[in-house]
Amino acid sequence: MKLSDVKTVLSANVLACENLLENEVHSACGSDLLSDVLAFVKDQGLLLTGLVNSQVVRTAEMMDIKAIVFVRGKKPTDDIIELAEEYGIVVFTTELPLYKACGELYLTGLGK
Amino acid sequence: MAENVMRLHYTVSDTDFAVAGEASSSVKKVLKQLGVPGEIIRKVSIAMYECEINMVIHADGGEIDVEITPEKIRMIHKDRGPGIKDIETAMQEGYSTADENVRELGFGAGMGLPNMKRYTDEMNITTVIGEGTTVDMTVYVKNK
Ligand SMILES: Nc1ncnc2c1ncn2[C@@H]1O[C@H](COP(=O)(O)OP(=O)(O)OP(=O)(O)O)[C@@H](O)[C@H]1O
Ligand SMILES: [Mg+2]
Repeated sequence: MKLSDVKTVLSANVLACENLLENEVHSACGSDLLSDVLAFVKDQGLLLTGLVNSQVVRTAEMMDIKAIVFVRGKKPTDDIIELAEEYGIVVFTTELPLYKACGELYLTGLGK
Repeated sequence: MAENVMRLHYTVSDTDFAVAGEASSSVKKVLKQLGVPGEIIRKVSIAMYECEINMVIHADGGEIDVEITPEKIRMIHKDRGPGIKDIETAMQEGYSTADENVRELGFGAGMGLPNMKRYTDEMNITTVIGEGTTVDMTVYVKNK
């Protein structure tokens, strides 16, 4: 699935790396526990989370995650966005809560 | 035999949680430039990142030394924190003494040390109560 399709499905805004929306992801994970992401995630392209801090971006970078979705309308601060730009990680925000955002993506077949 | 070692040194400050992970990130970049296989880079980055976060949330920062050779990557994390009372307990999945502030940031699940163990080939912890902890980890580049 292209990141531009993720944007459409989640009615998301793009806050970082808008130039990378043509990139594809094949799986996703939703979590509010960064230690779990570091422990269990394998080759996930997309991270959906209700956490908003710069360690979300660093965790994504360590795991080679291509894009982050901040759910429930949470707005990342400028330093978070700058860090994502530096690492080449796309940042989305959506009004949907975590469960619904994951559900909508799953329904399209992502990660099934 | 020619010595072929690259050494990197980092200071981890405990004052700014936002910059925790910079050392791991920098090492990741270096390994990429050296052409180290992606799977190895992933193991090193995750282990080092977990350890770096621990140095910030459980100790008062410290120093990291990294040695890179064609055979292996060794990371030595030395902090000036309170030390670990019972290493065996601390190594168990789910054991954490992290407080509410740390949990709100997404850490404190008690997965860090088991994670480091899983992603590295050698791991040694030495700790002195009231003085600090040293976590010494090695990832092999080539299978031994
Ligand atoms: N450098 C350290 N200095 C002092 N205590 C430590 C140190 N590293 C780990 N510990 C102790 O060991 C426990 C387990 O560490 P571990 O990294 O597995 O989990 P955590 O850091 O609490 O949570 P997580 O890593 O999942 O975010 C910690 O809660 C803490 O009590
Ligand atoms: Mg930890």
